[in-house]
Formats: sequence, C-alpha cells, structure tokens
Amino acid sequence: MFTPIFLLVGIAFVSAIILGVAARIFHVEEDPRIEAVTDLLPGANCGGCGQAGCSSAAEAMVKGKIEVNSCVVGGTETAEAIGTYLGYDVSGAEPTLACSSCEGGYRAAVKFNYSGLTDCRAALQLYHGFIRCENGCLGLGSCMRACKFSAITMSPETGLPIFDPERCVGCGSCVEACPKGIVKLVGETTKILHWNQYTQCLSPCRQRCPAQIDIPRYLGHARRGEFSAALRTIKDKNPLTTATGRVCPELCATECRRTINDDPLAINSVKRFLSDWERDSGKRAEAPVAADTGKKVAVVGGGPSGLTAAYYLRRLGHQVDIFEQMEKLGGMPLYGIPDYRLSEEQYQWDIDGVLELGVTPHTGVALGKDFTIRSLKAMGFDAVYLALGCWLGRMLPFEGKELEGIHSGIDYLRRFHTDEEIIMGKHYVIIGAGNVAMDCARSALRTEAESVNLLFRFSRDLMEANAHEIVDAETEGVQMHCLVSPMKFIGENGKLTGIQVQDVTLKHNAGGMPDCIPVEGTVRVIPCDIVIQAVGQGADLDAIVEADGLEKTRFSTVDADEETLETNISGVFAGGDCYSGPRLMIEAIAAGRYAARSIHYYVTTGEIPPIEDRQRDMIAPSLVESLENVSPVSKRATKPVIPVEERMGTFMEVEGTISEVQCRTESERCLNCGIYCYDQDNLPDGDVQVSTSCPNEPHIAQKKKEAVAA
Amino acid sequence: MDLFFLAISATFVNNILLAQYLGNCPFLGVSKKLETALGMAMAVVFVTVMAAIFTWVVFTYVLKPYNLEFLQTLSFILIIASLVQLVEIILKKQSRVLYNALGVYLPLITTNCAVMGVALLVAKKEYNFIEMLVFSSTSAVGYGLALILFAGIRERLIISAVPKSMQGTSIALITAGIMALAFIGFQGMA
Repeated sequence: MFTPIFLLVGIAFVSAIILGVAARIFHVEEDPRIEAVTDLLPGANCGGCGQAGCSSAAEAMVKGKIEVNSCVVGGTETAEAIGTYLGYDVSGAEPTLACSSCEGGYRAAVKFNYSGLTDCRAALQLYHGFIRCENGCLGLGSCMRACKFSAITMSPETGLPIFDPERCVGCGSCVEACPKGIVKLVGETTKILHWNQYTQCLSPCRQRCPAQIDIPRYLGHARRGEFSAALRTIKDKNPLTTATGRVCPELCATECRRTINDDPLAINSVKRFLSDWERDSGKRAEAPVAADTGKKVAVVGGGPSGLTAAYYLRRLGHQVDIFEQMEKLGGMPLYGIPDYRLSEEQYQWDIDGVLELGVTPHTGVALGKDFTIRSLKAMGFDAVYLALGCWLGRMLPFEGKELEGIHSGIDYLRRFHTDEEIIMGKHYVIIGAGNVAMDCARSALRTEAESVNLLFRFSRDLMEANAHEIVDAETEGVQMHCLVSPMKFIGENGKLTGIQVQDVTLKHNAGGMPDCIPVEGTVRVIPCDIVIQAVGQGADLDAIVEADGLEKTRFSTVDADEETLETNISGVFAGGDCYSGPRLMIEAIAAGRYAARSIHYYVTTGEIPPIEDRQRDMIAPSLVESLENVSPVSKRATKPVIPVEERMGTFMEVEGTISEVQCRTESERCLNCGIYCYDQDNLPDGDVQVSTSCPNEPHIAQKKKEAVAA
Repeated sequence: MDLFFLAISATFVNNILLAQYLGNCPFLGVSKKLETALGMAMAVVFVTVMAAIFTWVVFTYVLKPYNLEFLQTLSFILIIASLVQLVEIILKKQSRVLYNALGVYLPLITTNCAVMGVALLVAKKEYNFIEMLVFSSTSAVGYGLALILFAGIRERLIISAVPKSMQGTSIALITAGIMALAFIGFQGMA
C-alpha cells in the first residue's frame, strides 16, 4: 500500500536532486541586474517589445540593446523604475511614436474603383493598389484595426490615419500592418539621423532645402497657429532659426509650385516670424535630449556648422565641447554679416539655444596653435568635428598690393564685431559681387563713405549675391560697374590713391566661367582711398596639416569622404565651409547635422551606414509644369522695410518681421505638395478634372465628394 | 515495414492534433504567425521525443515490474515537468543558440497535452524502444506539420473577407475542423 507513495516521493526526490545538481553544474553566470529588471517588468511575456518574453527583454535592457522604455505594457512608470535601477536618466528620453509619411490621401489619382475588402493588404494584392501614387496611403485603415491601444483613427476628410500621441505606445503593430511602409515609428533620434531618400514622398521645397527642413509640415502648423510645434519641426533640422530666418536666400522658394501660377511662398519670412515669436516670448521651445551615452565629442569651430553639429550630438545624448578661435561663438554669420541684416543680439538667441542643452564652449583657442587633434584625443574625446570655416580672405596679386588701404572683405567686416579699429575712408572700391561684397559695400555706406564703387569682371547676371541684396545695395547708393576688370593699385607715399581698371567683354567658354577679353583704350583710374577685396575665401589649414597630418585638397579645403565626412584621420570629421569652400549658411547647417549623423554612428557602433537611395537631385516627376484647379493667390507676406534715408549712418535692421496675421495667411497659400499631389482648390460637387501634374498620364484627379448628409 | 506504417500512421492517419485532438491550446494560441508556429513545432518535436524516452524507461523498468501502471499519469506529469526544466537549464549553458531559438516555448510545453498524450499512448500500446522512438518523433512531426499548415492558413485569413460574427477564434475553429476532416481522408491508408 505504501509502494505507490514511496514511488511518487522517490521520483519527485530523484527529479529534485537532478534538477538541483543540474542547476549547480550548468549554472550560467548572469548579471544579477537582469533578474532585478525582470522583477520590475510586468511579466506579461507579451513580446510587444520585440524580445522573447520579459526575461530576454530584461537582458537586452541591461546590455543596452533596447531602451528601458521599450516595455509596451509597463509604460512610463516601469521605464522610470528600471531607469532608476540601472542608473539612467530617462526623464529626457522620448518614446518613439507612430506617424505616417503620406500627406496626400484622397488627393492621389485613382486607377480603378475598388470595392473589395476594406483592408490595405488585400487591396494592394490587386494591381498594386487602386491609387496611382506608389507612396500614397490607401486609407482602408489596416493600421487602425491593428492598433491595440485605439490610438489611430481615420480622418474622414483626407482618408489618412490620425495618430493620437497620448495613446500611442510605439509598439509597432501598425507599422507591420501597413503594406506600403508609410507608417513608421519615429523618435527624436530617427528624426535627427534621417536624410532624404528617393523612395520618400518629398515636396519640391523639401528636396531643394540643403538642410531638408520639413517645410510643408511647419507651414501647416503655422497656419493653424501652432507656432511652437512649427518651430520644433524646423529645429529638427535647423537649430539656428533666428539667423537663417534673416539671411537664408530661400532656395526652397525657387522650387515652390506656386511659382507656376503666382508667387512662391515667403517661406523664410514665416520662419523669421516663428523664431522672433519665440525670442519675444523669451520661452524656448523644448528640445528633448536623449539619455547620456557617455561619449565625448569635440567640435572645433563655433560657426553654424559646429553649432549645429553640437546641438544634434547633444540631443543624441553625447557630451559635446566646442572650441572656437575667436572671442565669441557664432562664426562667420556673427563676424561677417553686418548688423543691419543680423545683429549679434539676435544671433545670440540661437547660440544660447545650443549652449542651454548642455554644450560646453571654450573660446579664444585655435586648433594648430593652442591645441592639436592629438591632444583632443588624449583628453578623452571619442570623435572630433572640424568645422573651421573659411577665414582667409583671398587677395589679388596685383602691382601695389602692399599699399595701405587694401583689405579683404572678411577683414573689413570682422572689425565691426571685435575690438579692432574700424576701417574708415571716403572713397571705397569693392571688388567682387558675392554676398560678402554687398555686405562690405552696404556697410561702407553706413560709415559715412562719400562714394562706393563696386567692380565686377563679369556681366550682371553672373553676380553671385542674392538678387534682393544687389537691388538693396543699388537703391542705397552703391555704384555697380560690371564688365570692369582691376589691373593694378596706384598709390603715393605708401598710401592708396586709386585703382587702374579696364573694360572687358566676355567670350563664351564651354564648361566654365567665360573668358574676359580686354577692350582697347578703356584703361582708366578710379580714385579711391580704400579697396576691399571680396574675391573668395579659403581655409587656414597649414598649422593643422603640419601638427596632425590632416590631408587637404588642392583647393585648400579639408579632404574628407563625401559619404561620411570622415577625414584621413580616423574619428576626425570635417564639414561646412572648410570642407566645401565658402557656401551658404544653410549648407553649413546641413553639413553640421550630416556630421552629427556620422559621428553618432561612429561613436556608438563604430560603423557609418551609407544612406540608401540618398536624394541628391530633384526627383524628376515632382517638377510639374502646370497646376490644375489652383487659383492664383499672390504673396501676402512682404517684409516691412525701413526707408533708404533712415538706413544711412546706422546699422539699424533694414528688414522687419511679418505680422502674425501675415504669417498665417501666407502659410495658407501652401499647397502641401507631395511628389505628385498637392492641395487643389475646391471644385463643385462631383466635378472631375483632368490634371497634368502626375507622371502617370492620363489620369483623373478625383476629389472626394462631399458627404450628402454633411 | 511495420515501422514505416507506424510512422505514416502517427504523422498523418492518427495525427495527434487533428485526429486525436491533443494539444489544442498551443494549436490555437501560437498559430497566428508562421514564424512562432515554426519555433513551437521545433520545441515540441524535441521535448516529445525526450519525454517519451524517459517515460518509457520509467514505465518499462519501474512501473510495470511492480504492477504500478495505475500511477502512470501522475508519475509522467512529474517526469515531464522536471524534464522540461532540466532541458532548459542544460540548453541555457550548453547551447545558447538553441536556447534562444526555443526560448519562450519550452516552459509552455510543460503543459502541452500532446507531449503527455504521446507518453501515455506509448505506455498503452506497450511499444518497444525502437517503436517508441519512431512513434514519438513522427507524432511530434505530425503535430508540427498541422501547426505550421494551420498558421499558414491563419495568416491568409487575416486579409480575407470574414463575416464579423465569424472573425477570430470562431473561424479558426471552423478551419481546424475542416482540416481535421481532410486528415480523416488518410484513414484508409493504414
């Protein structure tokens, strides 16, 4: 009778001993933190984080493979508890949220009437969907049904999914459900590291902007009066909004589809309004900073490119130090742009925005003189970003070049912002026709010059300066002399008295700038006491090349890899003017974020992945020739300008900011373009128009019919 | 030849899932995705064979000689539960790859009736060691086959037009029923 009991107890006993011994023999050394983290997790084993159960998730969290806020069920509280246990600061970490990259919806042309299953995956099986646009949302709501947290609703107006950020936990079910790959999980890191791809739906302005700012999105926020959100959208790609809002030449506007029918949008005026709105309110739009990664990055150069790189590297969680050779941060826009366009005080707001994130500045120290790249590495910096700028003004090698009164453009402009004496004279000659030349000419007029003559070797249409800068310079009184070439400087007792010039004609030269042919008998002397040469700038690299063996190109710029911006020294990156030669501020900003991307990958993974299908040129189908059903609405936001009489003798700002009403009405003109689609003005019910905008001709642009009940 | 028939019979004709209806909970639970179904199938094959070997040894050399066959259910539960634990411990140390692959499925199998069912069937039919090996492995393969087929069908079901009242578990059960009918078609074979 006792046998069964003995047997069962025996089996149990033997099993227990075997298990006990096995647990000893096969004991795996595990981080005790893994067990502790497992206890903190809800234990649902749901797999929502993408790991096989809670213990695997705990292991991945301890090893740093996944974020501590990855747990879908636990939410913020769990994330904070684990973060506290592991010693991370999670307060700044922003969870990833789902969002859609399609803004078109019902605007896309329809191939056929689909009356099958209400499911995107099923619809896509049939001739690859019923709309012409490959990137477009089908609007059948598979993502909505896939969402376990009811965070997605379908907009009845546009047919696009709307994501509720309060409810979205970033689990990614919708991403899996979307067969077209339109729904994506986007966190701060993704936004900062992303560069345009040909596979994306991009409006023409977004394709053209070097910094790739999401222009339609911020204009959308602006027209709804959500200025703070609009500014955050800009700052995802460009942290120096006050400065660019004033000096950016608006490359985006040149591609604006509105130009086909009327005027391009005043995109930069809106940006300027937004940044001034923030500066006036004194309260900065919040920028989330990721948890500390423990990596240190040195940024050499406190100009736009360096500041931008520092800003994004800091937001990615790295510790950043800026080393600047001048006494003040800001670089060329601060020292090279006169106050009437951008004042130090205005620019300082942008610079402070970078520093307030926790970036440490060191000013008055020059690379090559006070420290070297090797010493930076010895100080424990994991990567170095060289954003040195182009601080050497080129000078023409003419006879008499040593005469007193001959200066380079940057030398002249810089003195307005340093303790050095300002160059004063009566009769000025400016050589060159870029933005620097215009700045010099207009600054000279403001320092009581009696005459300012600007010489340019080529014809007027070849002037490099922004069109409105040229017009402004001329209305203020600058004498433009095109097709005039300088020959030599003339002086007495070592002082400049004039410049000998000659007229030229142009001979077309295939594949380059035209040749200048001198015209006989036109040699003359223009009397002057100051000559300012704005004929190009270079980077001053000799000391660095000597100290660290940095390679430079024959154009005296830093030689770096085009895809990664890495130089010949491992872990040292270069970008901005010192890599590309003198370019626009917005291009330096773009390079700063691009370098931040490379450096982020370099310090965290050691490998910099190439950008697949990186968009470099305009996407051909997006360049439409006519707009259907878009009624012309002319520009509504012209910046206020102070009269010419008030400008002289002072460096008061010339252009003003548009008003809030102007900002909103101007933003309303935005057509919110995609590659093919754009907002078309309302048609009468049921009207069908043939549109020529889409490359898949012929197609029918179908408007969603207004609901009868509504 | 007998072994071949035994294998065919265990895999298709008397499919442990669709003809004997054992192990239905994971059949419905982990059959939503092909990927998880595959993981589960692998784990089941592995554990079933291991369990069958151990229970066969205990049954043949302990229970039967002492006429304690009535204890088989109780003792098998004990053995299978400790076995799965043991396997998990050893795998974790010895083969990290396999451990990661089978991962969460191992503990789930402790409560899988198919594993228990195979062990009890082996005892009931008094197979010898070779027969036991063939029977248990092919039964488990049959289980995996049904599970993977079903998962494939369910992946398709998600994007098919299913009347609202039939969506989810109900259509899954109906599908399972039709699959079972189809497997009955094998009855004449052996």
